Amino acid sequence: MNSQKPEIIDESGDKYKYGFVTDIAADSAPKGLNEDIIRFISQKKGEPDWLLEFRLKAYEFWKTMKEPTWAKLNYDKIDYQDLSYYSAPKQKVAPKSLDEVDPELLQTYEKLGIPLKEQEVLAGVVAVDAVFDSVSVATTYRQKLAEQGIIFCSISEAVKEHPDLVKQYLGSVVPYTDNFFACLNSAVFTDGSFVYIPKGVRCPMELSTYFRINAKNTGQFERTLIVADDESYVSYLEGCTAPQRDENQLHAAIVEIVVNKNAEVKYSTVQNWYPGDKDGKGGVYNFVTKRAACRGENSKVSWTQVETGSAVTWKYPSCVLQGDNSSGEFYSVAITNNHQQADTGTKMIHIGKNTSSKIISKGISAGFSNQTYRGLVRVAPKADNARNYSQCDSLLIGSHCGSHTVPYVENRNKTAKLEHEATTSKISDEQLFYCQQRGIGEEEAVSLIVNGFCKEVMQHLPMEFAIEAAKLINISLEGSFG
Amino acid sequence: MTTPLLEIEDLHARVADKEIIKGFNLTINEGEVHAIMGPNGAGKSTLSNVICGKPGYEITSGSIRFKGKDLTKMSAEDRAREGIFLCMQYPVEIPGVAVTTFLKHSINAVRKYHNLPELDTMEFVKMVREEGKKLGIDNEMIKRPVNVGFSGGEKKRLETLQMNILKPSFAILDEADSGLDVDALKVVAEGMNALRDGKRSMLIITHYQRLLEYVVPDFVHVYADGHIVKSGDKTLAAEIEKDGYAEYTRER
Ligand SMILES: Nc1ncnc2c1ncn2[C@@H]1O[C@H](COP(=O)(O)OP(=O)(O)O)[C@@H](O)[C@H]1O
Ligand SMILES: [Mg+2]
Repeated sequence: MNSQKPEIIDESGDKYKYGFVTDIAADSAPKGLNEDIIRFISQKKGEPDWLLEFRLKAYEFWKTMKEPTWAKLNYDKIDYQDLSYYSAPKQKVAPKSLDEVDPELLQTYEKLGIPLKEQEVLAGVVAVDAVFDSVSVATTYRQKLAEQGIIFCSISEAVKEHPDLVKQYLGSVVPYTDNFFACLNSAVFTDGSFVYIPKGVRCPMELSTYFRINAKNTGQFERTLIVADDESYVSYLEGCTAPQRDENQLHAAIVEIVVNKNAEVKYSTVQNWYPGDKDGKGGVYNFVTKRAACRGENSKVSWTQVETGSAVTWKYPSCVLQGDNSSGEFYSVAITNNHQQADTGTKMIHIGKNTSSKIISKGISAGFSNQTYRGLVRVAPKADNARNYSQCDSLLIGSHCGSHTVPYVENRNKTAKLEHEATTSKISDEQLFYCQQRGIGEEEAVSLIVNGFCKEVMQHLPMEFAIEAAKLINISLEGSFG
Repeated sequence: MTTPLLEIEDLHARVADKEIIKGFNLTINEGEVHAIMGPNGAGKSTLSNVICGKPGYEITSGSIRFKGKDLTKMSAEDRAREGIFLCMQYPVEIPGVAVTTFLKHSINAVRKYHNLPELDTMEFVKMVREEGKKLGIDNEMIKRPVNVGFSGGEKKRLETLQMNILKPSFAILDEADSGLDVDALKVVAEGMNALRDGKRSMLIITHYQRLLEYVVPDFVHVYADGHIVKSGDKTLAAEIEKDGYAEYTRER
């Protein structure tokens, strides 16, 4: 008999293919957090005084704050003095072009499937900014983008080359006082991407950033700032991976987006930080603050996220709909397996008139994992004719996982129309048998059913990303059934 | 010369701790069409599920052989890949999975098992369209998610489409006629007849004679209380239609 089982990558159950460590000399800060460390980071990066002051103010405030405990998450207390807050690959001089980048680094990104060589990207439509540990190592396509006035570079460079823009917008959407993790990030952020799309420009290609944590015991605190001026458009992609380590790694990022009149920003994330092993050892703690301010009339923002990684996720990409007729969308697939935990959702804050928002959240829990959807829809008193549609669906695989839906609605305007739908389902034995009866093996059947469940979200991802994301979903769920 | 395709011997099986199949015997040779008729709740669907290896259905004794191989040791998907197709009485909905996507996964999984390369997309689309057309299935329907919001007739037509695409050597049709109007019944029956080539075999499960007028069986069996109580040719179906099952279920 020629019986064939579906291919399984690794019998041990460790299927995280990005788990390798790059052996590269790094320039790191000693462990611990204090004013000197912040001065050290700022000095390493050659920052202007105003930014150092911003950091120090944030740090002073952070010391007065408490780590939030309201999320349905259970993790060992983080010792913030036992982490290093800066790690950069050692490089004698800053690279001017990709030829000067350490080949070891380029190889890392190649292994991750991220082409940094310009000739390889040429055929495609993607410009890449790669952040390795704390610093940006390469940004491709800058010249071509610059011709249209688009700025796409690391935030460190932006601080030097476009200080006015950075000064104007940094912290304007997520102030350092916002929350514990955002405040910490404001004090110690090391790098990230900066994007500025000038008036009337449609960015001709997808912009993307790949974040990679490599160094041990190092927190990663990146900060992304995207400004879309009037009548502009940009689609931005973010991907993340980290090596497989037994210790937990801390990641606390901020993404701020400013959308002006008639402008549109699409922000897509495929988050695949190391989730820990199947017994729950190791993995990334992912505490992220993402917020978009739709400041202008008719401005539009959409968050699309596929979250498969991290041991612990705390993340609520939000839309502040200030401009009249502005709209915000949130499309999310979150998958947790083994002992992963995720408390994630969105906030839609309606302030302007005729603002609309849409939330489509698909949560899939397997193994012993726990997942909470937490969503807020707030309608301010003057936000006449606000509209919201929320749909939160949960799919459970097996009987040891948990799923919770916590919608908050704060409506202060009678003209608002808010709709909320929620479902919880299981992959039924009937569905599985139906697939098997048509020759489809169990693993493939589960992935087919799960992909069907996520379809509404996946179709909002750019094509190449959607294929990658579908593969990730399959890998994350391998072995979760039966 | 006759070659046995499916051989069931003294089969006993249970589901949810309840013995449903009790001493069932049947041999189906290549090219033969058998019909099983029986009252509701007799265990007809249970029999098809047991043959197809549905989880939860436990064989307590007896044997099932298919093409000479012991079927009971095989997973449900391998039985399907070996050429057993079950046209289901209640096909299930799979939200978000387009019919074409599902068919493609199905056909390629079977091909892979037989060491055949994946079907070329153009070829696949052409085949689905052609087979679909014969069954009155249009291009819109195959873009919809599997069985979601399908009418009873549409579901049965989709089952028949899958059968005609997979071209199984043995098909079980569990109440393929239920809920169909005469026109739909004829379409489905035509789909079934298209598969009859003197080598493929079928087991038609029904409790009406109606379908058997269009797909004429070589043998008819009356099934009650977990086993066959009477066998005959197509005239037996007409007899049952006239007299009902009372005679066969009394012995309980
Ligand atoms: N999954 C199941 N769990 C419990 N009982 C079942 C299950 N499947 C079938 N049965 C029982 O087995 C008996 C036969 O059912 P079935 O095979 O569907 O009959 P038929 O198809 O002949 O109408 C019925 O009493 C039914 O309730
Ligand atoms: Mg039945």
